[in-house]
Amino acid sequence: MSTPSTQPAAYWEVEPHHHEDGASTNIGFWVYLMSDCLMFAVLFATFGVLHGSYAAGPGPKELFDLELVALNTAFLLFSSITYGFAMLCMARDDQRGTLRWLGITLVFGLLFLAVELYEFHHLIHLGAGPQRSAFLSSFFALVGTHGLHVAFGSIWLVTLMVQVNRKGLIPANKRRLSCLSLFWHFLDVIWIGVFTLVYLMGMI
Amino acid sequence: MAVPANVETTFLFGRLTLDAIPKDPIVWATFVVVAIGGAALVWALTKYRLWGYLWHEWFTSVDHKKIGIMYMILGLIMFVRGFADAIMMRLQQALAFGGSEGYLNAHHYDQIFTAHGVIMIFFVAMPFVTGIMNYLVPLQIGARDVSFPFLNNFSFWMTAGGAIIVMASLFLGEFAQTGWLAFPPLSGLHKSPYVGVDYYIWGLQVAGVGTTLSGINLLVTILKMRAPGMTMMKMPIFTWTSFCTNILIVASFPVLTATLVLLTLDRYVGTNFFTNDLGGNPMMYINLIWIWGHPEVYILILPLFGVFSEVTSTFSGKRLFGYTSMVYATVCITVLSYLVWLHHFFTMGSGASVNSFFGITTMIISIPTGAKIFNWLFTMYQGRVRFELPMMWTIAFMLTFTVGGMTGVLLAVPPADFVLHNSLFLIAHFHNVIIGGVLFGSFAAINFWWPKAFGFQLNQFWGKVSFWFWVVGFWVAFMPLYVLGLMGVTRRMRVFDDPSLQIWFIIAGIGAVMIAIGIAAMFVQFGVSIWKRNENRDLTGDPWNGRTLEWATSSPPAHYNFAFTPVVHGLDAYADMKDAGAARGQGKYLPIHMPRYTGSGVILAGLSTVCGMALIWYVWWLAALSFIALVGYAIYHTFNYDRDYYVPAEEVRLTEEAHARQMAQGA
Repeated sequence: MSTPSTQPAAYWEVEPHHHEDGASTNIGFWVYLMSDCLMFAVLFATFGVLHGSYAAGPGPKELFDLELVALNTAFLLFSSITYGFAMLCMARDDQRGTLRWLGITLVFGLLFLAVELYEFHHLIHLGAGPQRSAFLSSFFALVGTHGLHVAFGSIWLVTLMVQVNRKGLIPANKRRLSCLSLFWHFLDVIWIGVFTLVYLMGMI
Repeated sequence: MAVPANVETTFLFGRLTLDAIPKDPIVWATFVVVAIGGAALVWALTKYRLWGYLWHEWFTSVDHKKIGIMYMILGLIMFVRGFADAIMMRLQQALAFGGSEGYLNAHHYDQIFTAHGVIMIFFVAMPFVTGIMNYLVPLQIGARDVSFPFLNNFSFWMTAGGAIIVMASLFLGEFAQTGWLAFPPLSGLHKSPYVGVDYYIWGLQVAGVGTTLSGINLLVTILKMRAPGMTMMKMPIFTWTSFCTNILIVASFPVLTATLVLLTLDRYVGTNFFTNDLGGNPMMYINLIWIWGHPEVYILILPLFGVFSEVTSTFSGKRLFGYTSMVYATVCITVLSYLVWLHHFFTMGSGASVNSFFGITTMIISIPTGAKIFNWLFTMYQGRVRFELPMMWTIAFMLTFTVGGMTGVLLAVPPADFVLHNSLFLIAHFHNVIIGGVLFGSFAAINFWWPKAFGFQLNQFWGKVSFWFWVVGFWVAFMPLYVLGLMGVTRRMRVFDDPSLQIWFIIAGIGAVMIAIGIAAMFVQFGVSIWKRNENRDLTGDPWNGRTLEWATSSPPAHYNFAFTPVVHGLDAYADMKDAGAARGQGKYLPIHMPRYTGSGVILAGLSTVCGMALIWYVWWLAALSFIALVGYAIYHTFNYDRDYYVPAEEVRLTEEAHARQMAQGA
């Protein structure tokens, strides 16, 4: 077996095969988002099954304030656009611009969370907490899980702002920013589903 | 009863009181044995100064090979626990006739059958499957590691953390008494008020995070890290089955996670997803959990189908028959596995149309599976079959699994299922496919790749003793259950009235004892092989005349796997190389880029485990503290940008030259 090979070059590459640093990160993160999407799929399906189970309690028409939800939706959609602007700045290697737009994104994200928390507080105050009926259980689980994602996204956003501030727009940081970008837009897409299925269709 | 009445919750210890320590003498005896064994282990590790070695070389390792081996060790340890549960059940059921209560009270017995199922699926079969994939996939595709090496280490420790939580329930509190899938309303707070179901939930959640992340990791590894020239249809068949398995993991474990979160909310917050009042729907849980549960069955078996394919073609000395059809059969099974979940509860009452749909899809799965069996048979046909241990396990699998598959098709017929649902016939069926498929496959894999992993062959004699006791023991243990099931005996019974049934349970118990001897022989096999390792060295790196790239390295492989990148031209890449006389790469050695070891995985998984235990016992301050520490440490970890290094060319040269000398010696 250790005989000298006749054509070793054809079967072995001596030069290191160049895997770009973190070349797998984007697809890996995307696959993770798809698995996260399935968790939301379960919550949507649960809501679909239980959305009429009011247990003689209040239903969507008594509980939801569409104007407030519209405001909230606007906050989240604007935060997606501003994140997009941050990515454009990143592509131009404009560190200050990136940080500025990330900061604005964070403010929108926090406003969204504040309105959601107000809504939850208000519902619980009305006696329409998650324990009241299966409908409300599934409502709080779905909307709350989305809110938790936005909260963790915000913590991540702050972390990345600190890291960009410290190390600049190095390749590792750019990769992280584009992962968070995927995450942030993903939450937007999920919210479109929540807004449509939970709020709009609940009011019909 | 071990459940303390009126548990007071204190701030400092939650609902943890001295009453939480079980009073059962059987548990006490186990505890004493475990404590003595544990103390002896700690003493030995300290005496021989092995803690540092373990920490630096194993626990913090990001090397996929070491992580794979750690998964296998975890699986073997948990297997002993799961089997102890099994033999206790067999003894109880053989005794409890004619007014005898047996030796286990209901509270203890119910925990045992739950723990047996949970441990065997999540902490034995899953670690075996993940371990084999972790070890082999990068080697088979000619890569130096997985895509995300740190994540791989973290995933392993999350799985181990889940196992620790489940094991803790033995000596602190209780485990669930609900059966392995914890169906509500039985698993709800009303019927299971104490910690059992909470142990179940948090054990599975911690381990489930690990499984999902490891699925993403291996999936991306297969997509992005293949050697040049290895197109999808030139991947080794084991890599193909791993690929499909990891797709199934990524696309089904989140469903389990979400479902358990909803059950958690019902238990901790008082929501009404699966309750009987205020609009809850317990059957929704059963649908959701089986939407994960059925793909899970294929997560377990598909990689072993890959193992059997590699073993059959290697030991027949031929290319695999019908590679393309094997790939398509695997993909078919992957898709179909999502369309059959309702066959687990035909008795729900969803009506004739729904039941027929799921009955038919279930029967259709037997077609690609049958195609695989024929491919293996045709691979053996006209081959020079070498009856080494991996091949013996493979043949035992083909005979055993086919019977299990056929009883599965019987159960797929809804009217038949109405009779057999939850009977011992079902128990016999799934043990027939899981033992005959997953376990026999894992044993084939262990015997096949052991020399690759450790550099010496496994002992044949004890391997054969283990094989025959296992295979015969399996048939003796489970055929009586088919008979009993057909007579209408349901699962999870603790005592029986009809004395005519007893003989069947005694036969099954004898089978379980034979399996116990098989397991013991396997550990003897490992011990003897390690003891006499110098007599059975594998110097060539290719002891079986293998066909895929893992045999192109030394045994055990260098930590960077390949000094040069293999270039693939067809199926069975290494067989091609050997035919072309190019089994070894030659040229100038260059530095190799590798990831650094890190302790972050152990720390993060440790914090998750503490958080899980705190939540089980309602120790809210500790749960909050460990959760904040978890998030904080994860953020801290991201501030470390220095994660890789270069192996110097000189080290590569020395390693490779040592291997070349060894090969010359072995030739």
